[in-house]
Amino acid sequence: MAKKFIGERVRRNEDARLLTGQALFVDDIEIPGMLHAAFKRSDYAHARILSINVSAARDLPGVHAVYTAADMGEDWAPGPPLVSPPPSVKDVTFYSRRQAPLVKDVIRHAGETLAVVIAESRYIAEDAVDEILVEYDPLPVVSDLEKALSADSPLVHDDLESNLAAHLNQQKGDYESAKKQADVVIQRRFHLDRGAAVAMENRGIVAHWDEKAKQLTIWDTTQAPIPIRNGTASRLGLSENQVRVIAPFIGGAFGPKMMMFYPEEMLIPWVSVQLCRPIKWIEDRRENFYATTSEREQVHEVEIALTKDGHILGLKDDFLHDTGAFDPYGLTLPLNTQCHLMGPYNIPNFSSQCTAVFTNKPIVTPVRGAGRQQGIYIIERMLDISAAELSIDPTVIRKMNFIPPDAFPFNNTIVDQAFTPLILDSGNFVAVFEKAAEMIGYEKFVKEEQPRLRASGKHVGIALTPFIETTGVGPYEGARVQIETNGKVNVVTGYGTQGQGHFTMLAQIVSEQLGVAVQNVRVVTGDTAEFHWGTGTFASRGAVVMGNAVHAAASGVRKKVLKLASKVLSTPEEELELVDGVVRIADVPDRSISLGELSGLANPLRGAVDPGFEPGLESTDYFGPQSGTTASGCHGMILEVDPETMMVEIKRYVAVEDCGRVINPLIVEGQIHGGVSMGLGNAYYEKLQFDEDGQILNASLADYLIVTSREMPKKVETGHWETLSPLNQLGSKGVGEAGAIPVPALFAQALQNALFDHKFEILETPLSPNRLFELLQAS
Amino acid sequence: MKPPPFEYFAPTSVDEALAHLTKYGYDAKPLAGGQSLIPMMNFRLAQPSVLVDLNNISELAYIRPGESGGVSLGAMIRHKTVGSDSLIVDRFPLVHEAIKNIGTPQIRTRGTFGGSLSHADPSAELVTISVVLNGQFRLLSQQGERWVHANEFFTGSFSSILEPDELLVEIKLPVLPEHSGWSLQEVARRHNDFALMGVAATVELDGDGSCKQARMVFMSAGDRPMESLQAEEILKGQKPSLELFQAVSEKASTSDIDPGGDIHASKEFRVHLAKVLSQRALQEAFNRAREN
Amino acid sequence: MDNLFNLSITVNGVLYERQVEPRLLLSDFLRHDLGLTGTHVGCEHGVCGACTIQFDSQPARSCLMFAVMAHGHRITTVEGLGTLEKLHPLQEAFKEEHGLQCGFCTPGFLTTLTSFLEENPDPTEEEIREAVSGNLCRCTGYQHIIGSVKLAAEKMRTN
Repeated sequence: MAKKFIGERVRRNEDARLLTGQALFVDDIEIPGMLHAAFKRSDYAHARILSINVSAARDLPGVHAVYTAADMGEDWAPGPPLVSPPPSVKDVTFYSRRQAPLVKDVIRHAGETLAVVIAESRYIAEDAVDEILVEYDPLPVVSDLEKALSADSPLVHDDLESNLAAHLNQQKGDYESAKKQADVVIQRRFHLDRGAAVAMENRGIVAHWDEKAKQLTIWDTTQAPIPIRNGTASRLGLSENQVRVIAPFIGGAFGPKMMMFYPEEMLIPWVSVQLCRPIKWIEDRRENFYATTSEREQVHEVEIALTKDGHILGLKDDFLHDTGAFDPYGLTLPLNTQCHLMGPYNIPNFSSQCTAVFTNKPIVTPVRGAGRQQGIYIIERMLDISAAELSIDPTVIRKMNFIPPDAFPFNNTIVDQAFTPLILDSGNFVAVFEKAAEMIGYEKFVKEEQPRLRASGKHVGIALTPFIETTGVGPYEGARVQIETNGKVNVVTGYGTQGQGHFTMLAQIVSEQLGVAVQNVRVVTGDTAEFHWGTGTFASRGAVVMGNAVHAAASGVRKKVLKLASKVLSTPEEELELVDGVVRIADVPDRSISLGELSGLANPLRGAVDPGFEPGLESTDYFGPQSGTTASGCHGMILEVDPETMMVEIKRYVAVEDCGRVINPLIVEGQIHGGVSMGLGNAYYEKLQFDEDGQILNASLADYLIVTSREMPKKVETGHWETLSPLNQLGSKGVGEAGAIPVPALFAQALQNALFDHKFEILETPLSPNRLFELLQAS
Repeated sequence: MKPPPFEYFAPTSVDEALAHLTKYGYDAKPLAGGQSLIPMMNFRLAQPSVLVDLNNISELAYIRPGESGGVSLGAMIRHKTVGSDSLIVDRFPLVHEAIKNIGTPQIRTRGTFGGSLSHADPSAELVTISVVLNGQFRLLSQQGERWVHANEFFTGSFSSILEPDELLVEIKLPVLPEHSGWSLQEVARRHNDFALMGVAATVELDGDGSCKQARMVFMSAGDRPMESLQAEEILKGQKPSLELFQAVSEKASTSDIDPGGDIHASKEFRVHLAKVLSQRALQEAFNRAREN
Repeated sequence: MDNLFNLSITVNGVLYERQVEPRLLLSDFLRHDLGLTGTHVGCEHGVCGACTIQFDSQPARSCLMFAVMAHGHRITTVEGLGTLEKLHPLQEAFKEEHGLQCGFCTPGFLTTLTSFLEENPDPTEEEIREAVSGNLCRCTGYQHIIGSVKLAAEKMRTN
């Protein structure tokens, strides 16, 4: 009987190297002759550069070069747009403005790169940066989203008429008619604010231009080595084959490392070509807050139309979205928000206008959740508010509005980030919700425990928040699978990995097809010399798109194995099985041949081959989904709050997820736990705070608060539900972002529930003890 | 985030260290645990041209019983050592509790008692409790030595009475009298963060259960440890009661402190926390006193 | 370069003698001068804990120490805890319990925890959480890390 690998809690192949400090990260690269870069960054969020004096910096011993925009000459050019607006949405307004390697004249956010110093060490480079004198002509700063659109607002881009970056309008059905039919129309305004990804590893690049070989090798902490390679080759006038981009082990990414091209990514390879030396730039933590992207700020004006028994007739949400100083990432974030406003609910009428606004703040691109968190926050808060107003139990109002399990595929018609209609492919929202309710003991808590605790003076609250997550989007990924003569299997992809366990998860998919132990499957990711077709790791698409590409390639190898083995063993293919590294006649173990030996036979050194021959046991294949899959879930929380100190303790936490076919439950659990810790951060600890001059007030880990082991609940209890996706062979969906998505809404609901004896409404996120104090004082 | 260059000395005796400080004056900074100074240097917020490393001066690290049951601490004694010392655990529970709240485990293996005090951060636990416990500090320079009371030592936010050629070398803490109770209350964003507001309180009971003496000092409540003299006045001679604690905490939080506002907490929130925490601190201190 | 200090330092049992600038951080010295890149740098202001090493067996942040301060002392980095051929029981437990994802923060946890377990061979969950409260992890949410420590403590006690 063939052993099962998919669905098993396989321990990770990559762990031993990581645990013993033997894994290569970008800052570990040492090349003889390597020089180090440090940037002079703007102190002002909006200013004209009158002059930059680098002569003192250049003269410092140990400094090899200092470059400003002027020094780049004709090579200076802004970065390419990453994602264009979807062609399928009508009446889209979009003004594309992109970041530059070094600012030429106008600075548009604090931290923009003004000059780069190349020196013997980072220490000397930083000394030289301190010697650079910049004369600024400060300009008025655009920092408030709403004020940015007023007629007399200063302009972030003065070649535009306003700070409008984009506008799009999406409609489903006819909201205005629905509103007329409603018994109740509830309106609210929400303010959501920025969070940062804060991966433990900051960004970094090493670029090595070998003048003799005319070859450029780049190590980059990117989630997308292939586009980086292609874009870099194009910018430098090189052939794609002359550029190799390697994303080695990466210390967490969570979205911002997908953004391309960062100014440093445009500049450092160019410097290497100028100096014919390897150049290393490693971002430090202070830079990271300014120079690496962040997201989440939006202002929503929401309206929900309901019948008096709680059925949603329609939802309207017009919102402003902060895109920062530039918008290379197109409309992905606001589209994600729009596509999650309807959540897992059957909402027949929907209207949403999104206005993206330029501000003098760092660029906005996806951070775990990527706009979905905001959409889910809005609908879940509105349902809580509606439930309170209609005197309906919050679980009842949700259950009555869920899309039923037999209604899939469910077409929400509006366009999503992949430019396709938002079609939810599968799910069972009721079952997932009820499972979470059961796991947390919702009924018993509300009926018995909570009244008892309240009577003793404790403020405890419970919440359940369901959600969907569109995942597994295209366009495609590819993989090459090959059996070597030693019997081990090589899997190669251009896709990057940042801790999600791809080395193991992808190996399991291969093992399932080829019957080889997971430890004997070697996965190579993120090296364009090995594989150069694909996009990158984002939008929770690894298991879906890469997983299915690997599955297809492994299946291709399996076919070749069976065909050849059938000849070698003189047995029909149907009677053969692949087990433990051999091909054998089913249940006749001694009639077999090892995969290694078979692989040798597949690559003859002499003789003639048949037409159509492909050497070895190797197959390359691709997978491109027609549309994204729909993962879903429901989280539950019981928390206690001290209404005097505003301190919160999470007593219980449950997370039920439906990510379709689970390839490795251990890895899925880890993703959920990590996502929840980030979500909790977004709920009560993390907020990237700007002052009105566009300066970040908490640009350090001492003040931007990441949750530690002592803030997490003792146990995040995970539960599974599996509705297989019909869109791919494996039936998988994604789960990388799921843990973070419902948490702010969940936290708000639990907190309101706990503070039942105070009259106030939570219409914002992130919260903080100070903010909660203000809300309670005002009530 | 690399520090700028500096000249470095690693003396092995106090005299050697003092000689460097005298020679370089304001250009020199003593380096103790480095847990506060080195981050500032990495940010280039502090740029001393000379560092005098005190970590090789073994004569500065000790815990010795003092007169009348008190304790004498050498300035370079590490937090972790203090926290696990049996004398401290047995006789100085407030110090033990304060140490537990300092930063993180790694900070406690390197941070020093004297270093924390010299850094004079009004949010620091040891700064606060050294005042509430009536600590005395021995300062040494080539000129000689002087003893300073804890409440005179701290002169402002991150500033102390230390002259540039002077070192804090010893801290003397008396033991709490019999029938005493203590409490340390803190509220922070995360467990290991600096307190948004905190209060350390000690009370001594009379034979009839009324308050003979009380001390209450707030942290993160001003530019130095803020002692609530008014509260201490009100408590004298009074029998403990909820109404008393409420009155005292109201007075203390509105009259005796002057907290600022920042991104983590507004002034109003801090004042509110001061009231809440001082009430809880008094409750706990009196309860402990009764148990003794 | 003037102002160089003659550093003599033992790292993972090996004595090294180098001339270094006083301002060279211990984290950079270990990583770039000695090529021991297992110790990672996450913040350089003493918060994230990724750079944690053992200084005379006690966990300390190497980004908050100049290499010259370690003159004459013993440093243990993650490379000194175990090898690919022979993992430390704690490293094995991390693998078993999925206590790491991207692995960047992991060396800092390991150096903190081996020292902790030596002093506390039978810790409670609360004590473990407190012991690692100075190490930030953005990937795991800490749950499996705590599980790894419990498993390791058990393994190490029975051996």
